[in-house]
Amino acid sequence: MAEYSVFSLIREGLTGHKGWIRAWRDPEPKASYDVIVIGGGGHGLATAYYLARNHGITNVAVVEKGWIGGGNVGRNTTIVRSNYMLDGNAHFYEHSLKLWEGLSRDLNYNVMFSQRGVLNLAHSDGQMDAYARRGNMMRLNGIDAELLDRDGVRRLYPHLDYSKDARWPIYGGLLQPRGGTARHDAVAWGFARGADRRGVDILQNCEVIGFERDGDRITGVKTTRGTIGCGRVGMAVAGNTSRVAAMLGWKLPIESHVLQAFVTEPLKPLIDGVVTYGAGHFYISQSDKGGLVLGGDIDFHNSYAQRGNLPVVENVMANGLAMMPNIGRVRILRSWGGIMDMSMDGSPIISKTPFDNLYLNAGWCYGGFKATPGSGYAFAHTIANDAPHETNRAMGLDRFESGHLLDEGGKGPTPKLH
Amino acid sequence: MIRITCPHCGPRDQDEFSYAGDATKTRPADPAAASAADWHDYVYLRDNPAGPHLEFWHHVYGCRHYVKVLRDVTSHAVLASGRPDETLEAGE
Repeated sequence: MAEYSVFSLIREGLTGHKGWIRAWRDPEPKASYDVIVIGGGGHGLATAYYLARNHGITNVAVVEKGWIGGGNVGRNTTIVRSNYMLDGNAHFYEHSLKLWEGLSRDLNYNVMFSQRGVLNLAHSDGQMDAYARRGNMMRLNGIDAELLDRDGVRRLYPHLDYSKDARWPIYGGLLQPRGGTARHDAVAWGFARGADRRGVDILQNCEVIGFERDGDRITGVKTTRGTIGCGRVGMAVAGNTSRVAAMLGWKLPIESHVLQAFVTEPLKPLIDGVVTYGAGHFYISQSDKGGLVLGGDIDFHNSYAQRGNLPVVENVMANGLAMMPNIGRVRILRSWGGIMDMSMDGSPIISKTPFDNLYLNAGWCYGGFKATPGSGYAFAHTIANDAPHETNRAMGLDRFESGHLLDEGGKGPTPKLH
Repeated sequence: MIRITCPHCGPRDQDEFSYAGDATKTRPADPAAASAADWHDYVYLRDNPAGPHLEFWHHVYGCRHYVKVLRDVTSHAVLASGRPDETLEAGE
């Protein structure tokens, strides 16, 4: 088996689909690797892929405590966008969005990236001014942004609440047409297959339980499948970053919080793109299967439980009904929670560390999924060159000491607010 | 739903409270004498343990006092609660 293509699909279709082979191997751990990536989520797998693809480093293992894609890459609302203002964020996310645009072809795996647009609604004159400012800053950075008035929003989304008695009338919105959604499982699987085909070992059911050290140098990673020697180590375990760091006696500017997401029963096409409510925290899109995929705030307290509580469920639904009263009788099929690395300034960390050969990828807050290719690209570069890529130069861990914070929302060191 | 026992008001739903974060951090006693590293530790670094977590909740829709809570963040179970100056142990 080599490439997935229309020809291989036709061939297999005519021969009973008996020729497909598994998309990645299930190898035994080797005694050592040049690079061990801890965490078989989207970011870890993307890191391994780009280490092999861009830097020729193929003696790589990805160690994952459960199964790949079982954490946050499979628990998000699949939104991809790059509508950031600060230079340190904007160029990183825009680079990531450009990688998304070519990702299915690059991976030879259909990640179903669909640029259906991300629209942020505005509900006051002040909010329109703020979106005009954000849109202008995006455009100055070469990122697409369109400010829509009320009629412009209505043409795109006729089913929102435009009535006289809407609690927060829609004034307009900021649209990023190149934003959209992707199929999140396929992203994990596509990167896994791409990495595996370049020689990377993906080690599942392989939980890190400690480190072997020689001073500030990591010499081995202790796992439930034995101790594995390493040249360099990359940590991409968002949600559990502090737990793994604690094995090294290392404290980080991160709190873990639970973020819930929901999907409804399938409906006929109702919402083309991604719409976010501007008078509360709520975002919604419609999956290719027809289910409405929606979410809102984190639960606002530290949590490692992959499930949330009812007050936030009620809040998310109230926001949704204020924006789209017509979904009031749609039934929620499933809800779940993922653990977010909430960083102290709301921006991620892709960085060298106080340890000689350990690199950190963490602090993704609500927004890790859209960053998956850009994060892997930059983290692989950081590991391979022992220096940041141009896109993650502002994302160093030392910014919390030096004061060069990346606080997009201007909210200060209160993780729950980011 | 989390139910927190306020030392002044008794057991109340989490809806009445606003989370105020890690209760183990102590502001440097003499700000002028504290080093940049001391401030970095106080403002930014957190243990973020997976297990019992000592934290403050502000009873903002109740008595408006701050409450100290020991809560298992892997299960959300409240293990103990009291005034901010109390030392909490599980099972109190």
